[in-house]
Amino acid sequence: MPEEIKAHITGVVFQITTKPGDRVAAGDAVIVLESMKMEIPVEAPRAGAVKEIKVQEGQTVQEGDVVAVLE
Amino acid sequence: MFRACRQLGLKTVAVYSEADRGAPHVRDADEAVEIGAAPARESYLNVPRILEAARRARADAIHPGYGFLSESWRFAEAVQQAGLVFIGPRPDAIRKMGDKIEARRLMSAAGVSVLPGSFDAVGDVTRAEAVAREVGYPVILKAAAGGGGIGMARVDRPADLPPAFAAATRRAQAAFGTADLYVERYVERPRHVEVQVFGDDAGTVVHMHERECSIQRRHQKLVEESPAPGLPAATKDGLTTAAVGGARAIGYSNAGTMEFLVDERGGFYFLEMNARLQVEHPVTEEVTGLDLVVAQLRAAAGEPLPWRQGEIVQRRAAIECRVYAEDPSKGFLPSPGTVQKLELPSGEGIRIESGIETGSTVSVHYDPLLLKLVAHGATRAQAIERMTDALDRSVVEGVQTTIPFLRRVVASTEFREGRVHTQMLEQGAFNA
Repeated sequence: MPEEIKAHITGVVFQITTKPGDRVAAGDAVIVLESMKMEIPVEAPRAGAVKEIKVQEGQTVQEGDVVAVLE
Repeated sequence: MFRACRQLGLKTVAVYSEADRGAPHVRDADEAVEIGAAPARESYLNVPRILEAARRARADAIHPGYGFLSESWRFAEAVQQAGLVFIGPRPDAIRKMGDKIEARRLMSAAGVSVLPGSFDAVGDVTRAEAVAREVGYPVILKAAAGGGGIGMARVDRPADLPPAFAAATRRAQAAFGTADLYVERYVERPRHVEVQVFGDDAGTVVHMHERECSIQRRHQKLVEESPAPGLPAATKDGLTTAAVGGARAIGYSNAGTMEFLVDERGGFYFLEMNARLQVEHPVTEEVTGLDLVVAQLRAAAGEPLPWRQGEIVQRRAAIECRVYAEDPSKGFLPSPGTVQKLELPSGEGIRIESGIETGSTVSVHYDPLLLKLVAHGATRAQAIERMTDALDRSVVEGVQTTIPFLRRVVASTEFREGRVHTQMLEQGAFNA
């Protein structure tokens, strides 16, 4: 079942640390957001493969926006 | 800043980013110049734009505030080269204190007690291991160009050093553009006590007593006060003597702060020097009755210090609480948004320094500090009472803030008894 990974805060995409096809463990950073001078990882909620990254570096995302999809 | 300028009959010019068009500081200034887009590197960190704004406004001097470029020696130098006065220390002093290893060397040479550790960048993990063995675990890895707790890592056991070293090197490189690290002995449950110093161009340096700033998250301060409660007289004397001696040794001028760790036995160690005015300077102003920004302006104009050391006394007790747009129930996660409602207290012994108003946008691009609540009184007990009342009467809606957390701190037995240290938050103190 694909699962959407949502941003838990509003911020700017600072770094994309995974790419489609990468295997991640629960708790791994899929992307890193920057908000108010802090870098905040958006973590995989479970183990799996990254299916899609929905954002680009420098893009502003709102809390609740989908940033990536797990297989 | 503008208040101090007005007091001296100086005209003020604000700079602002697109995001801050409607910000209170823009209206407060006599004149304001837009310098670029919302991201700080395009505006508030954009040196050519700031200098161009100063030229267009025919400014004589630049005050760098206490964030952004305030500790950039390159900016200070660029300001001077543009024929303007930089209101702050000399670029050379900023550069020396910005390199934390150089600062350790210089302070140690000046007879200031520093933590056991390396006095050079540890180039590789083997060297780091050798230093750690010598000073004993736990140790802390720090970035030479560091600040704000970035790139710091506590290491408890030799086996943990290689991965921690690799991670800290990456963080330092990414954050500061230089990967240099140094090693220091880690102090358990220290207090963070700092000393405000002030120098003039003639080489006179005085101190304005201490501030206790142990209540921190992510190595950044949340509550500050002066006098430091329960600080032994011998420790206080040692701290102020070291601070003045250290500042004098590097020919320090204008306002600066010498930060120290104080261990459980009252021993103290130089941590770093902030070569600028600090966020928490109102605490010292309320305690001493001096205006630090006015003093900065006068010192930058080449005037000698107007006071002798003996005239600077702690007349009162003062506490500052920092209200950040962060959610304390979620590990102090940032909480950007729009301020829907703002009610701030006023009254005897209360001072507010606020950068927001109802309707303000709290942007993802900048530091989450919204406002500072300062309470002072004849005694610490009175200051605490006034702070308790001020926090109870403060309302910020639309973003999450540190106010609920600050209320718990001020109500806690640990705070009231002055039993505080820098690791309290990570150990779960003041939780709801």
